[in-house]
Amino acid sequence: MPDIQSMVGEFLNILRKRKIEGSQATARQTAELLRSVISQQRVPHTNQAGALIDAVKAVGEQLIAVNPVELAVGNIVRRVLHIIREEDLSLTTAAMSGLDLLDVSDDEDDSKRSSYPAMSAAIVAAAARSTLRPPSLQTLLEGTPDSVTVPYTSSSGGDSEGKTADKSSRTRKLKHDVIETVNQLISEICTCHEQIAEQAVEHIHQNEVILTLGSSRTVLEFLCAAKEKKRSFRVFVAEGAPRYQGHLLAKELVARGLQTTLIPDSAVFAMISRVNMVIVGAHAVMANGGVIAPVGVNMVALAAQKHAVPFVVLAGSHKLCPLYPHNPEVLLNELRSPSELLDFGEFSDCLDFGAGSGSTLLHVVNPTFDYVPPKLVSLFITDTGGHNPSYMYRLIADYYSADDLVV
Amino acid sequence: MGAQRKGAPRVSEDVELSRQNLQAILLADSFTTKFRPVTLERPKVLLPLVNVPMIDYTLAWLESAGVEEVFVFCCAHSKQVIEYLENSEWYSHPGFLVQTIESHNSISAGDALRFIYDQQTIHGDFVLVSGDTVSNMPLTDLIQEHRERKKKDDKAIMTMVIKQSKPSLLTHQSRLGTDELFMVVDPSTKQLLYYEDKTDQGKGTICIDKSLLMNNPSISLYNDRQDCYIDICSPEVLSLFQDNFDYQHLRRHFVKGVLVDDIMGYKIFTHEIHSSYAARIDNFRSYDTVSKDIIQRWTYPYVPDINFSGYRPIKLGRQGMYRASEAIQSRSAEVGPFTVIGYDSKIGSGAKILNSVIGDRCSIGSNVLIEGSYIWNNVTIEDGCEIRHAIICDGVIIRAGAVLQPGVVLSYKVVIGRNFVVPAYSKISLLQQPTEEDSDEELEYADNSSGTADISSGLTKLNIQTASEAAETDSWTTSELGPGGAGYIWEACEGAHDEEWKHSVAPIPKDKLAEITQATVDDEDMLAQDDGVLPPSGELKSDADSLADNEYSNDDYSIFEKEVEATFLRAVQENVRVEHVILEVNSLRLSFNMETADCTGAVFYSMLKTAMDMPHNAANELKRNAESVITRWKGLIGNYVKQIDEQIEVIMKFEEMCQESAKEFAPLFTQIMHFLYDNDVLEEDAILKWAEEKAGADESDKVFLKQADKFIQWLKEAEEEEDEDDD
Repeated sequence: MPDIQSMVGEFLNILRKRKIEGSQATARQTAELLRSVISQQRVPHTNQAGALIDAVKAVGEQLIAVNPVELAVGNIVRRVLHIIREEDLSLTTAAMSGLDLLDVSDDEDDSKRSSYPAMSAAIVAAAARSTLRPPSLQTLLEGTPDSVTVPYTSSSGGDSEGKTADKSSRTRKLKHDVIETVNQLISEICTCHEQIAEQAVEHIHQNEVILTLGSSRTVLEFLCAAKEKKRSFRVFVAEGAPRYQGHLLAKELVARGLQTTLIPDSAVFAMISRVNMVIVGAHAVMANGGVIAPVGVNMVALAAQKHAVPFVVLAGSHKLCPLYPHNPEVLLNELRSPSELLDFGEFSDCLDFGAGSGSTLLHVVNPTFDYVPPKLVSLFITDTGGHNPSYMYRLIADYYSADDLVV
Repeated sequence: MGAQRKGAPRVSEDVELSRQNLQAILLADSFTTKFRPVTLERPKVLLPLVNVPMIDYTLAWLESAGVEEVFVFCCAHSKQVIEYLENSEWYSHPGFLVQTIESHNSISAGDALRFIYDQQTIHGDFVLVSGDTVSNMPLTDLIQEHRERKKKDDKAIMTMVIKQSKPSLLTHQSRLGTDELFMVVDPSTKQLLYYEDKTDQGKGTICIDKSLLMNNPSISLYNDRQDCYIDICSPEVLSLFQDNFDYQHLRRHFVKGVLVDDIMGYKIFTHEIHSSYAARIDNFRSYDTVSKDIIQRWTYPYVPDINFSGYRPIKLGRQGMYRASEAIQSRSAEVGPFTVIGYDSKIGSGAKILNSVIGDRCSIGSNVLIEGSYIWNNVTIEDGCEIRHAIICDGVIIRAGAVLQPGVVLSYKVVIGRNFVVPAYSKISLLQQPTEEDSDEELEYADNSSGTADISSGLTKLNIQTASEAAETDSWTTSELGPGGAGYIWEACEGAHDEEWKHSVAPIPKDKLAEITQATVDDEDMLAQDDGVLPPSGELKSDADSLADNEYSNDDYSIFEKEVEATFLRAVQENVRVEHVILEVNSLRLSFNMETADCTGAVFYSMLKTAMDMPHNAANELKRNAESVITRWKGLIGNYVKQIDEQIEVIMKFEEMCQESAKEFAPLFTQIMHFLYDNDVLEEDAILKWAEEKAGADESDKVFLKQADKFIQWLKEAEEEEDEDDD
């Protein structure tokens, strides 16, 4: 087992150097890293959840600080924290119902309450919430057997631990369950494309014209899934300057046999009247339903609104961010190198600071992201189905606990 | 070469190469004095560039480019560099090994590489950079390219990184403040064929060896490429430095040496980068330029809002304004775009900051104007100061109302007195300017004794110094920096004074630009008057082994002529035998690649020159002198006038001399001609032919023809008589 500290350091370095791109890959790696953090964390007998939360928070803080723009990192950290809280809650309730562990668990609960006065309220609130809200997939799968059966036989790993003493099994139980759920989260991240793509036929109809901008793996899978279901439709791809990832998407689409038209970004407005639906990927979806997306998408959204074309955003659940955007054009943006826009050599005489007043008249700005306000978005398609922008806060309440919003 | 031979060893070689760690040598010493006086107290690589030491940019780039082992070569202030690295996070980076190599007596890059060669630490191809390089270029492809080329061609020992960057048309200076660089590259193989960074800008011409054109089907000549000083080298480079102990400078000696040397046949190739950034900070001007490039994010991801080293990132706001969250700024202060403000800095009311970088913990008073300046850490600027295009080091105090004119450099802990006006381009330090003992441009930094003193003692020394300065404030109150000021104004070295504007942080002043414009216009006028004597592509210089032809540069001929003259003079003085003189002249002819006719001219010239140098009072005496010299050395000149062409050369030369260098002979032209004729140096055919040729010339050229008219007439008559006799 490699040293956890060096693993964290390595991932920090990757994030810092901007060597990883795409929120899916980032999310998966973050989840995997946090899983190893949890598995290597030694848990005390008392207040296990607190210890795990502290460990995850400590690493999470560093990860978020190093690239605050990559929101997927923060999302996953919060998801994992939420998982720990949920698992702890379900275990506690199960323990309270089970008689054999009564004394121990009572002690633990007491100590926890004393050390975390704020948490008790949270637990109550969470419990209340979980009774109120429609049961999520997670609670359906995990929660019911827990409350019915004896704790240590509830999950697949329970058999091996059945032989050890009750107390130690209880100790490992939480960690084990958490890791189990984090594994689920990882597989969820990995399969989000398929989950989203399954819904394609419900949205894309025969002989429609779809417009997209730039390149998104989710969009690609989505379109191809519809194609596989024998839908025939056409795709317009705006090339997505200055990185021109639309070219790659067009290539992929053609390779899979889709009728594709590549257009420059500036032609979007001219073409939009012929389009039936705009489908784009997102970098992140904020709690208010606003979207952080590759630069140029806002323009497409405005064009779509003008011509009343549905504007659909595809986003895996790891892209849901529980934060409300504040000044997103600046604070949640990344300005990349101007070299993507123009050739340094050709313009080097415009950037000569030796002449004139010492400052250049030429400034080159190359933002990576656009912010699309919620009113421009018609529909979000996530791995759990289609949602309205105004429903996002509700979805977020499912995935995150309110205590973790500020890590 | 059989396929069998290639097969097996190749594979193992590949495995070996892929296993090899990628190593880099980072020279943490620039071996120049351009950053003085700042570098007297601190090594250049630790100077902050947009609030992060330069070496961090280099190390961060090397690390992310996949270099696994870096040898940091420290020389001047080595203790400071080592201490900095020990406290930084670079030592603890997984998969990135930083080692320091310390040497105290290396005074150039060449010495450093020889030292490293002795250490036997470099095993394979390595990256050679200096610690003041800022780049974000990927190295993997480049190294792959280099290795593959090396496999094909053993002699390809180095790959140089270049980038397009247009030099200024007026000043012939790149944006980094270095001189315009000319290089010739083979467009197909990218082999570097010629490299010249010290051109005579006044002339507007460069000389390229003609063999370049003969040996290559096509060449590209660039003047808009910038040398990034990033080299991928094979181990042979180190041994080359070892073998040529006089190589000091990487470019001036090594690159040019390799290009000229055709015995070993080593080759240097270039690699041009387009989208990525690379630049080296060579002088204050490039410090300014690179800082601005960083702020404008050309170096992404090595920009202030990304934490690429141990330093806290600074948030980027609108319009390229970087401001640390802890900075305190008064409401009425105006901070312009492309400005960086560090942690815990305070900016007073009504202050105006434009295009500047302000470090950590600075305090800036109210109504201060700062424009295009670089202010490092812990600087105090009191109310009402005006600072334009200056570099202000740590701990400087500028009292109220002081004005810094463009191009000022204030070294550590200098104090500028109240209302004092610091003149443009002055450099001020607490340390006195070292005496001229190391004015040699290869000598670096401080003299070793004070420069390499370990930091603690260096600092205490400084403290003592400042303390004593504080004690004798009286001496400072009358100092050259106004009331309460502390520091010495450095004298600009002679000769460098008018160059100051070139390398300073300040933009080139308008009047200077106007001056240069005027100068270039004049130059062009002069060129126009020259009637295009020089071909626009530059003069071609003939090569030693090129075919004999009539093209030679005037320079070569005049040197040859001087040599011949010296030889002849010695012969006269020492009474050397004629055969020996002939031998010597012949060997000169061969070494200068001249023709016999040139020798004739030169020898004749020397003879007459000697005659003229002998004491004489009147034309008669001069004639007698000339006649005696010619009689004495008839054998010598006779050896070179066996053909008519050569005899004509003698006449032409004589004519030329009479017109230019030895006008005293002008009245004697015919008489000496006659004498030469009588002594069989000239034959009548030659003289007549010359007369024929001259008949069609301009009136002004005919002066001597007319003078010799009688003589020629007489010759013709004599000939006719002979003819008649024959008949």
